[in-house]
Amino acid sequence: MMISNGIEDEEKWLAEGIAGIQHNAFYLHRAVDSNNLREALKYSAQLLSELRTSKLSPHKYYELYMRAFDELRRLEMFFKDEDRHGCSIVDLYELVQHAGNVLPRLYLLCTVGSVYIKSKEAPAKDVLKDLVEMCRAVQNPIRGLFLRSYLAQVSRDKLPDIGSEYEGEGDTVMDAVEFVLQNFTEMNKLWVRMQHQGPVREKEKLEKERSELRDLVGKNLHVLSQIEGVDLEIYRDAVLPRVLEQVFPDEYHLQTLETLLGACPQLQPTVDLKTVLSQLMERLSNYAASSPELLPEFLQVEAFSKLSNAIGKVIEAQVDMPIVGAITLYVSLLSFTLRVHPDRLDYVDQVLGACVKILSGKAKLEDSKATKQVVALLSAPLDKYDDIVTALTLSNYPRVMDHLDAGTNKIMAMVIIRSIMKNKTFVSTSDKVEVLFELIKGLIKDLEGISTDDLDEEDFNEEQNSVACLMHILYNDDPEEMLKIICTVWKHIMAGGPKRLPFTVPPLVFSALKLVRRLQGQDGDVAGEEVPATPRKIFQLLNQIIESLSVVPAPELALRLYLQCAEGANDCDLEPVAYDFFTQAFVLYEEEIADSKAQVTAIHLIIGTLQRMNVFGVENRDTLTHKATGYSAKLLKKPDQCRAVYACSHLFWVDDQDGIKDGERVLLCLKRSLRIANAAQQMANVTRGSSGPVTLFVEILNKYLYYFEKGNPQITASVIQGLIDLIKTEMQSDSATGGPASDAFFTSTLRYIQFQKQKGGAMGEKYEPIKL
Amino acid sequence: MNFIIGAFKPACHISVAFSDAKSRKQVPLKKENGQTVMVPFFRSQENITGKISVEPILGKKVEHNGIKVELLGQIEMYFDKGNFYDFTSLVRELDVPGEIYERKTFPFEFSTVEMPYETYNGVNVRLRYVLKVTISRGYAGSITEYQDFVVRNYSPTPSINNSIKMEVGIEDCLHIEFEYNKSKYHLKDVILGKIYFLLVRIKIKNMDLEIRRRESTGSGPNTHVETETLAKFELMDGAPVRGESIPIRLFLSPYELTPTYRNINNKFSVKYYLNLVLVDEEDRRYFKQQEITMYRLGETS
Repeated sequence: MMISNGIEDEEKWLAEGIAGIQHNAFYLHRAVDSNNLREALKYSAQLLSELRTSKLSPHKYYELYMRAFDELRRLEMFFKDEDRHGCSIVDLYELVQHAGNVLPRLYLLCTVGSVYIKSKEAPAKDVLKDLVEMCRAVQNPIRGLFLRSYLAQVSRDKLPDIGSEYEGEGDTVMDAVEFVLQNFTEMNKLWVRMQHQGPVREKEKLEKERSELRDLVGKNLHVLSQIEGVDLEIYRDAVLPRVLEQVFPDEYHLQTLETLLGACPQLQPTVDLKTVLSQLMERLSNYAASSPELLPEFLQVEAFSKLSNAIGKVIEAQVDMPIVGAITLYVSLLSFTLRVHPDRLDYVDQVLGACVKILSGKAKLEDSKATKQVVALLSAPLDKYDDIVTALTLSNYPRVMDHLDAGTNKIMAMVIIRSIMKNKTFVSTSDKVEVLFELIKGLIKDLEGISTDDLDEEDFNEEQNSVACLMHILYNDDPEEMLKIICTVWKHIMAGGPKRLPFTVPPLVFSALKLVRRLQGQDGDVAGEEVPATPRKIFQLLNQIIESLSVVPAPELALRLYLQCAEGANDCDLEPVAYDFFTQAFVLYEEEIADSKAQVTAIHLIIGTLQRMNVFGVENRDTLTHKATGYSAKLLKKPDQCRAVYACSHLFWVDDQDGIKDGERVLLCLKRSLRIANAAQQMANVTRGSSGPVTLFVEILNKYLYYFEKGNPQITASVIQGLIDLIKTEMQSDSATGGPASDAFFTSTLRYIQFQKQKGGAMGEKYEPIKL
Repeated sequence: MNFIIGAFKPACHISVAFSDAKSRKQVPLKKENGQTVMVPFFRSQENITGKISVEPILGKKVEHNGIKVELLGQIEMYFDKGNFYDFTSLVRELDVPGEIYERKTFPFEFSTVEMPYETYNGVNVRLRYVLKVTISRGYAGSITEYQDFVVRNYSPTPSINNSIKMEVGIEDCLHIEFEYNKSKYHLKDVILGKIYFLLVRIKIKNMDLEIRRRESTGSGPNTHVETETLAKFELMDGAPVRGESIPIRLFLSPYELTPTYRNINNKFSVKYYLNLVLVDEEDRRYFKQQEITMYRLGETS
């Protein structure tokens, strides 16, 4: 219903338009008959105003246009006859431009312009140039197309072609070609624009309209072909490249590919073939992407091999072409390939191979533009294939990368890593890992020529962090393959030097530990059968890996990693291995960690880890705890000593079912820490004339309470009572030094005791004897 | 009734003739009553000479207390209609008191008259030059006759005449760069230029170039401003895309423009503006107004 209404309306509008034209034509004829120029201009402008409508489809608009066209012919005759209107053609050319509305103005201008050229009072090329420029003012596709087609029509017999009467006096055939091409270009632009205008639901209708107008645009080519002065040379140098840029139906391009490409190598070197070919390939790939049914067509015409050949020939023919140009061409070809034949990896590899061939003649690339193009070239497959692994199978890929300078190589490596991260592609075999690390070797090790010293530290950190991230994405379900991957990675990062190892070792260690955890449980040291991926073996490797950090040196990091491994070994029930890791940790502590703060941190880590270990036999455990307690007491600062020692108390009391519970030694530790706290207090008295903070005492009190609640028989209510009283006196003796923090701490500790007392039950009873 | 009208008929007929009336150029002048008459035009510092003839109605005599001719330059504000402010006033006595019986002719001459301002007919203000002949009579009232003429002054071509170039826009919506080839145009000039679209995110329907005249009268709190659009010239039809450049070529001759007047006798100013207007499909208007200076170029012919 709607549609039929639309058509009816259109008929109505067309009828109105025609009536308008007829009405004004009547007065126009009268004015022309009475030689009244002013009136003639007025009515012709009004008549042409009917063409300003937006309501008609191209088809109907054409009808209207033809009516106006007939009237314009008549007007042109009148304009030609200066005797009748008494106005010189130059003045007339100005006069018509007084019209207020742009569309009538330009129709009149084209009409007068045609007379102007005929009069030969001005060079044809100047007038044509002016007309084609002024017509820019109409940007509406339909109106613009018809206006320009009118321009083409009236100027057709006035082009300064060879042999034409308008040739000469500076007007050459080139001007004619230039004019037609420009008009053609503009028409094409308008025509293409139609495609993007209007609501989507009318798309189909629009397309239909567009195809109706195609002939209008095509007429220009017809005109072009009729310009006799266009010989092969002009065609090659000027016409073809411009025409190629324009919009031809894609299927047309596809079928004539061979002819087209055949012409290319013959073109003059000055012609920007690169752009032409690039655009052509882009257009074709867009075309291919538009519908999957088209693919057979591409295969049928062997588009890829033709393009590839053509590019090869062009590069061969144009010796002077800068390398960047050649690479750009290959980038285009590559993106064409990726879009049209995404399944043909061999094509991709072929393109890359061709690039290698070009690049191999030269030294490393210096030209930044060319480098950029190579990066584009290398990035294209990454973007296309979510799976980086695909790219890894391209044998020519690393070879292209070899031609990049170190800086770009790094950038490219980052691109690769980012692509992997983005797609969460797991790289799952050691072979692929090998290739991958070969690709990103710019990040993995120092390349010659660039010393790591002048690198921006932040950049460096970021790069190395990326590598670290990457390691977590190397994964295979099969432990054996996974171990292989780890070994491969290890092989590569070993070469990284002391600056990189702190970044790369931890992820590898954790990756290996992850593998260990996976194996744990299934491993039972199956006798006789050679299982390559055993935890024991991995731990051996781990030992080596961590040891490598000694060259950095990074003892604190190594210590942490050793402790992690020890825990891993603990979970695998490998007592000797765990013991060995602990030994390593202690050795590091003794020999390498000198800073007192680092020592405090380290010893707490050791204590914490050791506490959780359950694999050790009594003897080993004793040795280690003894060692840990010893180190604790030997820390530099008394408060640190005190804290480390009371932390050691936990080594003797593991709060799970079959954990060690040695109340006596706990008490020993706590007493020892009390003594140290006392000593710290006195030391403070001597050196600063006031007692030190009671915080240490309060902390120890809290430990007492912990063990008290856990049921350590050695910790009794009276012991706690004593400690509370001690703290109270300490605080009274010198209230100024307590500090708000320790005050608050103590107060809330007391409040806790109070709370426990009031709670009643077994715990309440336990707390009962303590008096606050 | 006719005889009553006849009774009030002036007792004599006065006519003013300029001595070079034949050769002097005449220009149209719109009178108060809306009629357009052709009057001679002068430039500042020209000699204004001619003859005034007084012709009594047949058979009557005119008794008078003297005849004089005045050259007046007057400004009339329309809110104060009928009240002329004379900025120039020159008097020539033509005759001593006496009687006139028959046609009598008096030559007059105002030499190198300073007439710095141009004749102007605006919305709220009018500047005119007039020759006023007065025959003073005692009891019967004076007889006066007016003869208008037009003054126009030429300016030399300005030595500095920069183009107007500007980039304007609405963020992320529309960015254009426009250029007018000059900032000072003479009355028959052509405005050339181009508009370059840097960013187009709105659907433009068309683009016009308007010439606007801004006449401000009075001063201080009594300033009254009147703006008229003298020309509306369509520059573009349809929606451009980014990167498109649209030519401007606007001939000024068809429009009734005057030179720019700045603070004429502290009474009024007339300024001209080019207003670039873009209209989108929802009829919203986006515009940018630029002042241009108009001047009158001496006619070479």
